[in-house]
Amino acid sequence: MPAWMLKIGNAFYQSFIMADRWKRFLSGLGVSFTVTLGALAIGIVLGVLVAIVRTQHDQQKTGQKPNRLISVLNVICEIYVTVIRGTPMMVQLLIMGLVIFAASRNLIGIAILSLGINSGAYVSEIIRSGIMSIDPGQMEAGRSLGMSYPVVMKEIIIPQAIKNILPALGNELITLFKDTSLVTVIGLADLTKVAIQIQAKTYQAFMPFFGIAAMYLIVVMILTKLLGILERRLRRSDRR
Amino acid sequence: MTDVNSQGSALIRVEHLTKKFGDTLVLDDISEHINEGEKVVIIGPSGSGKSTFLRCLNLLEIPTSGKIWFNDQEITSQNADINKIRCQMGMVFQHFNLFPNKTVRRNITLAPVRTGRMTQEEADQKAMELLQRVGLQDKADDYPASLSGGQKQRIAIVRAMAMNPRVLLFDEPTSALDPEMVGEVLEVMRELAEDGMTMAIVTHEMGFAREVGSRVLFINEGKVQEEGTPEEIFSHPKNPRLQDFLSKVL
Ligand SMILES: Nc1ncnc2c1ncn2[C@@H]1O[C@H](COP(=O)(O)OP(=O)(O)OP(=O)(O)O)[C@@H](O)[C@H]1O
Ligand SMILES: [Mg+2]
Repeated sequence: MPAWMLKIGNAFYQSFIMADRWKRFLSGLGVSFTVTLGALAIGIVLGVLVAIVRTQHDQQKTGQKPNRLISVLNVICEIYVTVIRGTPMMVQLLIMGLVIFAASRNLIGIAILSLGINSGAYVSEIIRSGIMSIDPGQMEAGRSLGMSYPVVMKEIIIPQAIKNILPALGNELITLFKDTSLVTVIGLADLTKVAIQIQAKTYQAFMPFFGIAAMYLIVVMILTKLLGILERRLRRSDRR
Repeated sequence: MTDVNSQGSALIRVEHLTKKFGDTLVLDDISEHINEGEKVVIIGPSGSGKSTFLRCLNLLEIPTSGKIWFNDQEITSQNADINKIRCQMGMVFQHFNLFPNKTVRRNITLAPVRTGRMTQEEADQKAMELLQRVGLQDKADDYPASLSGGQKQRIAIVRAMAMNPRVLLFDEPTSALDPEMVGEVLEVMRELAEDGMTMAIVTHEMGFAREVGSRVLFINEGKVQEEGTPEEIFSHPKNPRLQDFLSKVL
C-alpha cells in the first residue's frame, strides 16, 4: 500500500473511527436538525403574525381613519424586521448568548430562539409577499358573497398564497439549516463545533471539515429534492 | 315573480351618500332608491364614480357620509351585520373573480355552505340546477382556468345566484370579454331580468340598457345628473353632459 494512501486512511481513522468519533458527528448533526426545526417553528409563527399585522395595515382603506392598535403593532413589526435584517446573524447570536442570556446554560434553547427570531423576519416578508400577490378581487368576491374575513382568508387567500411562496419558504428552510453552523460561537455542540473540537484533538483539519461539508451538502440536496416533489404535487392537484 | 304590490317599495334606499378617497370627492351627496323588481342601469363616463356607487351599496366601499337602507334595515349603522346583508346582495365583477383554487362546483357552493344557508347536498343540487340554466352543467368539475371568459362570467353569475339574493349588482360584466362572448352573458342577464330579479347594472352596452333597463341613471362628476326611462335618456336627453356622453358612445 503506497504511503499516501496509508496517510489518508490514518487521517480518516483518527477523525471518524477512533474513540467512536462518528457518534459525535451524528449527535452534532442531530443538534443542527433540532435547532433548524425549532427555529423554523418559531420563525413561521412569528412570520405569520407579523405578516398579518403588516398586510392589515397596508390594506387599510384610504379615506377611513386608521386603526390605532394596528398602527402601533405595525411600527413594532417594522422595527423588528429592520433590526433583524440589518444586523449579522452572528452578532445577534453573540448578543443573545453572551449578553441577554449570559447566565443561562440552555444553549440549545438560546440557539433556537435566536435563529427563530431571525428567521421570523424573513418568513414574514415571504408570507406578506404571498398574500399581496393575490388579486384583491378575490377577497372582494368572497366578502361580497357574505363570507367573513377569516373564512375567505382560510378558503381562498392563504391556499393560493402558500402555493406561490412555497419555493421561497423552501429556500428559507435550507438557509436556516446552513446558518445553524453559526451557533458554534455560543458554544453549542452542533455539527460544525464537533468538527472544530475533533480537529483540535487530532490536528487533522482536512477530514473533519471536508467531512461536514459533505454532510451539509447531502442534507441540502435531499431537502431540495423533497421540496421539488411537494411543489410538483401541489401544482398537479391544481390542474392548471 | 314580481308582485305588483311590492313594485313601489324601495328595496335599497340611499340618502345623501358621499364618498371621498383622501381629498378626492367621488360621490357627492347622492340620494337614490331601487325598487323591488327594478332594473336600474347606471351609465356615465370613465372615472365618474359608477363603480364606487355600486360598491357602496354592499359596503365594499365604506361611505364617507350618508345612509343606506336595504329592506328597511340601515346597513350603514354601526351594529348592522354586514355579512348577513351581503348574503342577500349578489355582485358580479368585471373580471369575474372566480376562485382559481376551487372547482366550478365549489366556487358556487362555498358561500351557501360556509355561511350556513345550505347543506353541501342542497348547495350541490342548487349549483347543478343553475348550471343547467346557463348550459354549463358539464363544467361542474373543471377549474376556472380552463374556461373561456364568457363561461367564467356565466359561472360568476351562477355563484351570486346560488345565495338566492334579493338583488344583483353588476359592475361592467361584459367589459373584459372578447366581443363574441358578450352576447352569451347578456342573454343570461336578460333571462334573470325576465324572471323579475332586481338588478343594478353598470354597463357600456347601451343597446342592452335600452332593452332591459326600467330606469337609467347618468352619473357624472359624482352626481346623478339625469335619470329617467331608457326612452327619455337615450331619445330625449336634456343635460348637455349626457348629450355629449351619448354622442361619444352611441
Ligand atoms: N380605492 C381607491 N382609492 C383612490 N381613488 C379611487 C379608488 N377607487 C376609485 N378611485 C377614484 O374614484 C374615481 C371614481 O372611480 P370609479 O371606479 O367609481 O369610476 P367608474 O365610473 O366606475 O369608472 P370606469 O368606467 O372607468 O369603471 C376615479 O377617479 C378613481 O380614480
Ligand atoms: Mg368602474
